[in-house]
Amino acid sequence: MSYKIVVLVKQVPDTQNVGPDAMNADGTVNRSALPAIFNPEDLKALEMALQVKDKFPGTTVTVLTMGPERANAIIRDALSRGADKGVIVSDMRFAGSDTLATSYALACAIQKIGPCDMVLGGRQAIDGDTAQVGPQVAEKLNLPQITYAEKWVDISGSRIRLTRRLDNGVETVEATLPALITVTASAPDCRYPHAHRLLACAKAQAEMWNADAISPDMERLGLKGSPTKVKKIDNVVLAHKEGQRVETTETALNGLVVSLMKDHIIG
Amino acid sequence: MILIYCELTENRQIADVSLELCTKGRSLANELGTTLEALVCGEGLDGMESQLYPYGVDQVWKADDARLSPYRTLPHFAVLSKLIAERRPDIVLMGATCIGRDLAPRISSRLRCGLTADCTALEIGAYEDKAKQKQYENILYQIRPAFGGNIIATIVNPETRPQMATVREGVMKKEVSDPHYQGRCTRLDADAYLAEEDECVRIIAREIEQRKINIKNASIIVAGGYGMGCKENFELLHQLAQALGGEVGATRAAVDAGFAEGERQIGQTGVTVRPKLYIACGISGAVQHRAGMDQSGKIISINTDPEAPLNAIADYTIIGDAVKIVPQLITCYQKNKK
Repeated sequence: MSYKIVVLVKQVPDTQNVGPDAMNADGTVNRSALPAIFNPEDLKALEMALQVKDKFPGTTVTVLTMGPERANAIIRDALSRGADKGVIVSDMRFAGSDTLATSYALACAIQKIGPCDMVLGGRQAIDGDTAQVGPQVAEKLNLPQITYAEKWVDISGSRIRLTRRLDNGVETVEATLPALITVTASAPDCRYPHAHRLLACAKAQAEMWNADAISPDMERLGLKGSPTKVKKIDNVVLAHKEGQRVETTETALNGLVVSLMKDHIIG
Repeated sequence: MILIYCELTENRQIADVSLELCTKGRSLANELGTTLEALVCGEGLDGMESQLYPYGVDQVWKADDARLSPYRTLPHFAVLSKLIAERRPDIVLMGATCIGRDLAPRISSRLRCGLTADCTALEIGAYEDKAKQKQYENILYQIRPAFGGNIIATIVNPETRPQMATVREGVMKKEVSDPHYQGRCTRLDADAYLAEEDECVRIIAREIEQRKINIKNASIIVAGGYGMGCKENFELLHQLAQALGGEVGATRAAVDAGFAEGERQIGQTGVTVRPKLYIACGISGAVQHRAGMDQSGKIISINTDPEAPLNAIADYTIIGDAVKIVPQLITCYQKNKK
């Protein structure tokens, strides 16, 4: 038994290291001004797929992303860690996509890749934290969704058993394949690239598909296919309080504690 | 009409996050001159509506069936998506919980409508689409920090309905609007909503952990940021919190660095708190963090950086190393307590 797996990945700006030119004047993200990394939870999804491949030889893992050509960096990374094939869907006509238009384009691309047993992806990307694209792709492909997966415990035939990490505990579920699975932050880290594959993949190129290649309804792509609009962007203005500076002397700190006690803020 | 999707706790009460959304939904409905409705899906829901009426819910829909408990995506999706198609609400609000964040995007995909995650404020206003030269009234402003917290974005869905948003627990206030408010309740025929194919995911086991850490209701919070430097230094914050009878909170950066458990995270993607006293130690004060604590009664900021943004909203600022100052505060407190 072997499986066909598609892993949804995203190259994301490293939001921990945002500079002043990170935003365009129109409020959109100036992606070219930011260091780009492999979305951390997508790497965990890749690991989950590679573990299936370890156990079931003959399994193929295709990584799929929507983005510019420079997203080849994460495709190469995925290939060097053990993925078999990479696809980038890339087109100016995708510009301005919200999660709904993005999930539509990805769902069309998955259909072009052909029938698969599992679609995996990170729970959410660090540049938006919305966690929407996974369930939206699942709905468009009419697949059941298993969100917040931590690990698979058993796969046999078309049945998969997984644990899910929830707000208040852990749930074990069994689903019939095909299914879409989103992988959460507490899942195992991804293995390192194989040295020999690093070299072999150094110049690897993903297949590039434009909008026509995935034969979508053009009205559902990009800005046109995105129901959410940004009304305005505000710079963060601090509501300034007339705060009091407390010196670090023992007398001053003691005075602060005494005044908080007097006001019954601390008891 | 505004529809709230209500979640249930393990002991079959309406979850706080849902009651908070009912409170917000009531005030939005008043502003729009419309009604507030709520959907509860689960099993054993007799009398559940009486928990909702005091929050101003005009109509409760109940789907009471074994297949709806515990929560699974597809059965709840079937009920909610069909009810929305029948009732055509203008606005649908859900908790930004494991459940709401699983269900809401699937609904938005089916109905092809817009959805904004983790809103920190919801307002009603007008929207002008300059390109189309079209003016829209009574639009839901879905407001949230975006992009590393450098900006606050106001998102609208002018053309599609319903306008959907998720909100984290604690962001909105829970307030009874009228203890004697009388709404109506209708049971939905679950068989008319659920299909065989909704059963393709089965729950094999559930291990529910009691919430050990409850920072949401703490009246004093000692919070630490990445500036605390290491997990060992966080122990000092626990000592101060214990002395004052408070809880320890943390920023996302501190949680990501492993200094504190995820349940302690305060901010847009964590918990929103309103304690009497918030002692921020080594916290610079990104907007996402401030969104989760800026309504605290009194704020003390302890930071080596005089320019830390958090100092601007603090009542008291102490410029110094929290690792040195926190033990001094403990000593002062113990001395004065006697």
